[in-house]
This record gives sequence, structure tokens and C-alpha cells, in this order.
Amino acid sequence: MGTQHPDGSRDHGSAEGVHDDKPGIFDNPRNVRRVIFGLYAACAVVFVLDIVSWFQARAGVPELRHPDSGMDGLPGFYAFYGFVACVLLVLAAREMRKILMRREEYYDDG
Amino acid sequence: MMGSLPPAAVMILGAVLVPFLRGRLRTAYLLALPLAGLALVLSVGDAEFGRATLFGQELTLVRIDGLSRLFGWLFHIAAFIGLVFALRSRSRIESPVALVYAGAAVGAVQAGDLVTLFVFWEILAVSSVFLIWARTGERSFRAGMRYLIVQIGSGALLLAGILVHANATGSVAFGDIGLDSPGGLAIMLAFGVKAAFPMLHTWLTDAYPESTYSGTVFLSAFTTKVAVYALARGFAGEEALVWIGAAMTSFPIFYAVIENDLRRVLGYSMINQLGFMVCGIGIGTELAVNGAVAHAFNDVLFKGLLFMSMGAVLYRTGNINGSDLGGLYKSMPKTAGLCMVGAASISAFPLFSGFVSKSLVMGAALYEGYNVVWLMLLFASAGVFHHAGIKIPFFAFFAHDSGIRVKEAPNSMLIAMTIAAALSMVNGVWPTLLLYPNLPYEVTYQPFTSAHIISQLQILFFSALAFCGLKLTGLYPPELRSVNLDVDWVVRRPLNRLAIALGRAGKTMDVQLRPAVHGLVRRTVRGAFVAHGPRGVLARSWPAGSTVLWVAILLAAFLLIQFL
Repeated sequence: MGTQHPDGSRDHGSAEGVHDDKPGIFDNPRNVRRVIFGLYAACAVVFVLDIVSWFQARAGVPELRHPDSGMDGLPGFYAFYGFVACVLLVLAAREMRKILMRREEYYDDG
Repeated sequence: MMGSLPPAAVMILGAVLVPFLRGRLRTAYLLALPLAGLALVLSVGDAEFGRATLFGQELTLVRIDGLSRLFGWLFHIAAFIGLVFALRSRSRIESPVALVYAGAAVGAVQAGDLVTLFVFWEILAVSSVFLIWARTGERSFRAGMRYLIVQIGSGALLLAGILVHANATGSVAFGDIGLDSPGGLAIMLAFGVKAAFPMLHTWLTDAYPESTYSGTVFLSAFTTKVAVYALARGFAGEEALVWIGAAMTSFPIFYAVIENDLRRVLGYSMINQLGFMVCGIGIGTELAVNGAVAHAFNDVLFKGLLFMSMGAVLYRTGNINGSDLGGLYKSMPKTAGLCMVGAASISAFPLFSGFVSKSLVMGAALYEGYNVVWLMLLFASAGVFHHAGIKIPFFAFFAHDSGIRVKEAPNSMLIAMTIAAALSMVNGVWPTLLLYPNLPYEVTYQPFTSAHIISQLQILFFSALAFCGLKLTGLYPPELRSVNLDVDWVVRRPLNRLAIALGRAGKTMDVQLRPAVHGLVRRTVRGAFVAHGPRGVLARSWPAGSTVLWVAILLAAFLLIQFL
């Protein structure tokens, strides 16, 4: 520890002794599981809401959905698109790494 | 409005006094300047003044209208927030330089003509580089140099474009320019450099993360947003911008996923957000331009907030690599919370600011039948949540506990972040208070429809689900200490090597050819004496006409070389 200025700063203040390293809430795996479960529940809720609004729209309550009846009118379109987009994004980025990644000092000794 | 001071002058001229002040007086003075500037802007309202004539051209120093109004407010607010955040800065030049930089941004968006715009364009470039150099050290010096070359290049391009444009149209007024007008392409490219168009973007991701913990906050606010304004003023409805913007939203998110330096991740995410604005400008309808301006306003606040939270982490820990951080929510819970407000805003969560501005652009894309573009923007929306909304807070504050224990960010930083977070939430919850009424065109769009909320929440929650699944299955690429090659590699490696090789070859040639050339020079001098000496052929007087001819030929050759 100590100071490492020119301003990639490191100004701890006098942190030593201030934090007696209590475990944080996410040190408890149960809390992590709760967050993940919460996410599953949120996904389920919005998905069901979307299905419901789709049926309502078919029953003639159009303002509940986008007026555009393209693919975004399909039930669960956004859920599917968001999920697939992110998976593809990450998998593609992993492959990109094989071509583009260099060690940290790559440009320094140029 | 004769006789009023141009608002830009408040911060630019005011900055001159800053180096002579110390302590509380300095603090008070620093913070008073952007507030005074804002008060002046608000008091003059929509106006045009500061007319002057230069070389027969009509200049208008200040023009505040529907399009430039919000930008003028925004830059004062951003300067104030940044200055509060930078109060702890040890650099004596950072704050005054930031004031000049912010003032130049105000001057540029309020410029009524291209010459005034050009002057502020150059001040932007030259002042901002000192924010990178304020970091000190070889690394930031070189990054600053690369940055400066690109910025000055943009200025040269702008000047060339302005000269051609003014010559052809006879006017330097800054209105709609269009790609088809003479000089239009050069002017748009000059704007495009500062707006970080694809392939012209690397100065941003290269240099911004090399600035100080507070310098990057200023950098993120001004240059690119001035460029967005300039594009909106000169090139609204230019279809090429739709596709350029869509590309800008999409390609950086791949880099953002694998980048380790969290401020560089934010740099890529800036290009992504700028893409939405550029795309909106390209679509060019009232709804789309409103969206671009609104998103620029919100982006400065939430991107500033994210850069501030990462700046606070850098300030406390001395590190900003995702691979080395984690678990900081224990030490810096307030910073973590504020960071997550920024993350929610950029991700366009309902009730946060991105939601009410990004949807204007996306709605416009859909209405105008740009379906492919719309899908790209939607992909980018999912991606931005993934890398800026989740990755930034996750790897800094959560993930595995890095064991780093520091104090919470200093109060000045927390205050600055709180102001940005509060404004983001005000715009998100109540867009009709400040944002919508002051956009260039009347807003009829209603963001809070159940359809819109449900679809947006689906995008977000299922993106998070994807992140969660990839993380749990170990498919998510780990944070690694590394650099990722971007297009600037071409300049920094092969071209750099080529230049060095040419230099060496030149030196060898120099050593070998020097004696021969010396001999040649000696003979030439002797020959010249014969021709030009007291009795030489060329010493005779020649008619003026032939001299003019020779001068014209020389000039033509010079011009030709310039254009090549």
C-alpha cells in the first residue's frame, strides 16, 4: 500500500483499520442465489406480461402493444432477441480475442 | 441583444485568473464560473448577437436557438459537475484547462458561422490534450500526442472544407451544409473524426483512459457532443449517417466485452451511445433529431457519472483493470450505488434517463422503415446493458473479492456523482420537466406506454439472464491483462515500423550520398555564377509578364501537390 500518484492516483486516505473486514452481503452464497433467483423471477414476470398483452391485443386492446405488427409484434420477441443477441455477442467476442488480444506491454516497446 | 458578453467567454476568460488563486477562494471561484456562464445563457435565452465582419464575411459569434439551446446548458452543467469531482486533483493546470475546454465547447455549439466554429474547434483540441498530459509520464504523453495529431487533423480538414464551401457559396454561415455541397464531405469528415466515426474512432479509446481520474470526466463530456451538435446542424437527414451511426452502435460492444481497462470499456461504450445520436441525425425527422439531442444531453450526465465512479475507484485503488478489481462494494458502497444509477441510465431502464431519449431514436428508425437499422440498434441496446450496465459495476464492485480495502470516495466526488445521478433520474422519471420542452422540436412521443416498458424490460432482463448463464457456465471470457488491437494498430505498428525503416534507410543514403551531393552543389554554384553573375544570361532584366507566368506555374504546382 502507499501512494502511487501522478494521477493514476492511489489515495486510500487512512483506510487501514477503518474496515475490520466484515463479510459483505455477497460473501454469503445464499444471497447470491437470491439475486439470481430474483432475475429468473423478473424474466418470468415480464415474459408472462408480454404474452398476456399479446392475447389482449388480439382481443382488440391494441394500445397495449406496439402498433407496428412486424416481428416485434410476436410474443416474446424482445426476450428472445435480447438473450440471443447477448449470447452471440459474448461468443463472438471470445473468438475475437484469439485474433486481437496481445500482452499488456505490446505497444510500449514499439 | 447588443453588448452582451458571449457566454463562452465567461469560462474561457475566467480561467485565466484560476492559477493565481489558492485554497477556498480558488474553489469558490472555480465553481462560480460555470454557474455564472449558465446564468448568462439562461438570461439571454434564444438570441443571436456578436455580429462582426471579417474579410467581407459576416460572422455571428453567438446563436442560441432550439438546436443549440440544450447543448449550451449541458456544457455548463457538465463543467460544474466535473470541477466538483476534480476538487481533489493535485494538478494545478487541470481545472483551468478544463474551464477553457468547456468554454470552447459552449462557443462551438453557439457559433453562428463556420469561422467561429473553426476557432473553437481548435481551442477544443489544444486545451483538451492537457487533460491527458496532466496524468504525466511517458504513456500519457504519447497517447496525448496521438490524440493531438488526430484532433488537429480534424481541424485542418474542417478548415479546408470551410474554404471550399465559402468559396463556392459565398457565405460562411453555419446552417444546413449537406454532403452534396462543395466542401461538404471534408466538413462532415472533420465532424466525423470528433464524433468517433468507425475507423476514425481510435483516438477516443486510446487517449481517454490515459487521462487522470478526473480528466476523463471532462473529456467524455465535450468534444464528441460538440461533434454531434455540428452534425445535427449541418447534416441532418443525410442517409449515410444512418448507417454510420448504426455501425457505431454495434462494433464497439464486441471490444467492450473483452476490454480489461474499465475506463476503456466506457470509451467503447461512448462510441456506442454516439452511434444512436449519429443515427438519429441521419434519419433527420423531428422525432429523430429530438432523440439525438435528448440522448446527447442524457449521455453526458450518465456517461460522466460512470466515468466519475470509475475515476473514484482509480483514485482510491490506483487501478482500473477489471482483472484486478472486485468486491469494492464493501469499501465503496455509495460509489457502487451511484455507479449503478449510471448503469441503469445508460442501459435505458424505465424511469432512468436513457429510456426516454434512446427510444426517440429507435422509434424514429421504426417509423421511417429502417428495419435493419432498428434491429442493429436493438442489438446494441442489449449489448450496452451487457457491457456498460452489468460489466462495469460487476467487475469493479462485485465479482470475486479482490481483497482491496479502501475508503469510500471523498465527499467532493460523491457530491459530483450525486448531482449527475439526480439529473439522470429527473430526466428519466419526469422528461417533460426539463428535457422534452427544450428539444429542437415539439415532442409528441409518449415513452411510458406499457408496450414500451414491457418490451424494454424483456430486452434487459433476458440480456442479464444471458450474462448470468454465460458466467455460471464459465463461457464468459475472463478479464485478462491485455491490449486488444484496434484499427490504430495499422498506424502504430506497420506504418510506424515503415517510418522508422525509411528513416534508417534515409540515414544510410545520407552518409553515402553526401560527398556526391556536396560536389554537385559546388558545381551548381559555379554554374549559377556563370549564368547569374555580373555577366550572366539570367541577370538580364526580364519582362514582368514572364515572371507572372512562372509564379503562376509554381503556384499551380504547389496547389496540385496540396491536393494530392
